[in-house]
Amino acid sequence: MPRWFYQLASPRWCYQITGRLLPGFAIAAVLLLMIGTVWGLAFAPPDYQQGNSFRIIYLHVPTAYMAQSIYLTMAIAGAIGLIWKMKVADMVAKSCAPIGAALAVLALATGAIWGKPTWGSWWVWDARLTSMLILLFLYLGVIALNSAIESESTAAQSTAVLALVGLVNIPIIKYSVDWWNTLHQPATFKVTEKPAMPPEMWIPLLIMVIGFYCFFAVVLMLRLRNEILRRERRTSWVRELLLQMRG
Amino acid sequence: MSEPLLIVKNLFCERDDRVLFDQLSFDVSAGDVVQIEGQNGSGKTTLLRILGALSRHYEGDIYWKGTSIHDDSLTYRNDLLYLGHQPGVKAVLTPEENLRWFMALHPSLDVGQIRHALTEVGLRGFEDVPCHMLSAGQNRRVGLARLYLSQALLWILDEPFTAIDKQGVAAQEALLLAHAERGGAVILTTHHELNLGQFVRRVNLDKQVGTK
Amino acid sequence: MSAFQTKKLPELKPGFETEAFSPGKILLATLKRDVKLAFRRQSDWVNPLIFFLMVASLFPLGVSPEPKLLSTIAPGVVWVAALLSTLLSMDSLFRSDFEDGSLEQILVSPQPLYFVVLGKVLSHWMMTGLPLTLMAPLLGVMLFLPFEGMGGLVLSLLIGTPTLSLVGGIGAALTVGLRKGGVLVSLLVIPLYIPVLIFGTAAIEASLTGLPVAGHLALLGAMLVLGLTLAPLAIAAALRISVSG
Repeated sequence: MPRWFYQLASPRWCYQITGRLLPGFAIAAVLLLMIGTVWGLAFAPPDYQQGNSFRIIYLHVPTAYMAQSIYLTMAIAGAIGLIWKMKVADMVAKSCAPIGAALAVLALATGAIWGKPTWGSWWVWDARLTSMLILLFLYLGVIALNSAIESESTAAQSTAVLALVGLVNIPIIKYSVDWWNTLHQPATFKVTEKPAMPPEMWIPLLIMVIGFYCFFAVVLMLRLRNEILRRERRTSWVRELLLQMRG
Repeated sequence: MSEPLLIVKNLFCERDDRVLFDQLSFDVSAGDVVQIEGQNGSGKTTLLRILGALSRHYEGDIYWKGTSIHDDSLTYRNDLLYLGHQPGVKAVLTPEENLRWFMALHPSLDVGQIRHALTEVGLRGFEDVPCHMLSAGQNRRVGLARLYLSQALLWILDEPFTAIDKQGVAAQEALLLAHAERGGAVILTTHHELNLGQFVRRVNLDKQVGTK
Repeated sequence: MSAFQTKKLPELKPGFETEAFSPGKILLATLKRDVKLAFRRQSDWVNPLIFFLMVASLFPLGVSPEPKLLSTIAPGVVWVAALLSTLLSMDSLFRSDFEDGSLEQILVSPQPLYFVVLGKVLSHWMMTGLPLTLMAPLLGVMLFLPFEGMGGLVLSLLIGTPTLSLVGGIGAALTVGLRKGGVLVSLLVIPLYIPVLIFGTAAIEASLTGLPVAGHLALLGAMLVLGLTLAPLAIAAALRISVSG
C-alpha cells in the first residue's frame, strides 16, 4: 500500500490537506457554476420543441448525475472503511449521505418543475424520475440506519454494508424500472433522449456538471473537517488548533 | 513452563468516550484459571467479548498459540468455549434439544454424552421439559452442561455462577479445576468468592479505569 | 466450604475438532432447529399469514368491490401484500437468537457462518414465503384474478419470495442490535424489494394476457441465484458487526 494511503488514514493529516485544497475547489465551484448558469440560462439557444423550459436541464442533469456519483463515492468509502478499518473513510461515507440525499431531492424537484410544462403534470412515473426516487429511498435508509446506531464505529460498519448492498442493487433496480416503464408507458415523449445537442447547449451543461463536482468536493470537505474535529476533539492537536483559533 | 496459550498485549478499549482499559497485558497458559475482577462497568464483559473474538472494538493484539486470533479465527474457535452473559439457551426447546444444537455446532463431539452432562449439572429428569418451565438457575445449568461436553482448550465464562445454588457452585469450581488439571485454561468473571485458593490468578480492571 | 470437590473430566484430545466440517450438515441442522422453533412459537409464522389475508381484503373495501377493477389490480395487490407480510416477519429472524445469547454461540463456533445463515433464511422462507405462496390463490379468487393468472401468481411467488427472505435478512441482521428494529427494517429493505415486485407482478400480467411467463420467471430466478450467493455473505458480515457493537 502506498504511503499516501496510510497518510490519508490519519485524521490530522486529512484535516490539514483538505484545509489547503478547500479554497481552490471553492473558487472553481463558484466560477464554473456562475459561468455555466449564465451561459445555460441566458445564451444557450432555446430547444426546438420545448422552447425555454428545457433550460432546467442545467440544474436537473447535474444534480441527478451527482446523486448517483455520490452514492458510489459513499459505498466505496464505506468499503475502504470496512476492509482497512480506516476511520477517515468512515467519516467520508457518513458525510456523503446527506449531500447525496439533498441532491437527489433537488433532482426530483427540478424534474417535477420540468415535468409541468412538458407533460402537463408535476409528477409522472417516468423511468428516470422513478429510479431517482428509489435512489433517494436508499439514501434515506442509509441515513436512518446510521442515526439509529449509537456506537459510531458500529454505525459506520453497518452503514457501509447497507451501502454496498445498495450498490449491487442499483443496476438491477435501474434495469427493472426502465423495463417496467416501457411496459406501462409505451410511447411517451422522452425528454432526455434528445437528438445530438449542439455544442452551444452541451458545453454549458458540461461546465455545470464539473462545477457541481467541485461544489460536492467543497461541501464534502467542510462536512468531513467538522466530523474530524468532532471525533478527535479530545486529542492534543485539536485542542491546540482550537487554542490557536481563539488566541 | 511452556509457551503461554493466550497472549494479550497492550489492549486498549474505550466505550462512550470512557477508557475501560489501556496497556492491558497478561497471558494465560495451560493449567491456568484466570479471574477478571473489577467493579460494575469496569469492562469485564467487554474484555471477555473481545477475548471471545466477538467484539473488535479494541486496539492491541491477542495471540492464540502464537497467531493473532483474527488471522486464524478458525483454529481459535476450535479451541474455544465461550459462555456469555446470556446462557444461549432457547426457552422453547428442551435441555436435550438445546445441547443437541450445541453438538450440531461442534459436530465432532459425542452426542451420546448429553444425558451424562445433564446428570452432572443436576438436570436428570428434566431432559424433556421445555426450558421456559425451568428456573433461571436450571437454565444456567443447561448452559453449563456444555462444559462437560466440550473438548475446547480455552474456556471463557462470563458470570457462570449467576443464579446457581451453593452446591452447584462447588461442583462447578471442581469442574474448573479438573479442566485446568487436564491442561486446559479458564478465563472467567464472577461475583462469587472463588474457593480455589492459590489456583486462581487475578487480573484487576479497576486500576485501569481512567488511565490515559 | 471445607475441601475441594473433585471431578473427573475426559482427557483433552488436541486438534479434536479440526476435522473437516460438512456445510450440508450444519445447513440441515439449522433448518431443522429453526423450523422446530417456529412450530413451537406459532405466532411467529401464523401472524404474517393472517396479516396477508387481512391486507388483501382491505382493497375491495377501500377501493371498490367491482370485479373488473379488482381483477386489474389483483396481481399488484397480492404481491404488495406478500411483500409487506414478509417484512413484518423479518424482524424476528435473528432477534430471539440475539437476545438469549444463541447468536453469540453461533458466532464463536467454528462453523461457517454462511451456511448457518442460509439455513436460517431458508427456514424463514419455509415458514412465511412458502405458506404465502400456497395461500395466494385464495386471495386471487377474492380479488377476481382470472384463472389464467393463477399459474403466474403461484410460480412468481414461489421463485420471488425466497429472494424477499434473503434480502430482508440483511435488514434484519443490520438492525438486530437495536431495541426498535421493526420500522427501520422496512425502510432499509423496501427499496431493495422493488425489482422483485416489478417482475413478480409482470409475470402474473403476462400469464393473464397469454404471453410467455418464462422470461419473467427466469429473471426472478436470476435474482434468486444472486441473492443466494451474496445475501448470506452480507448477512454474516452484518451479524458480526451487530453483535460486536
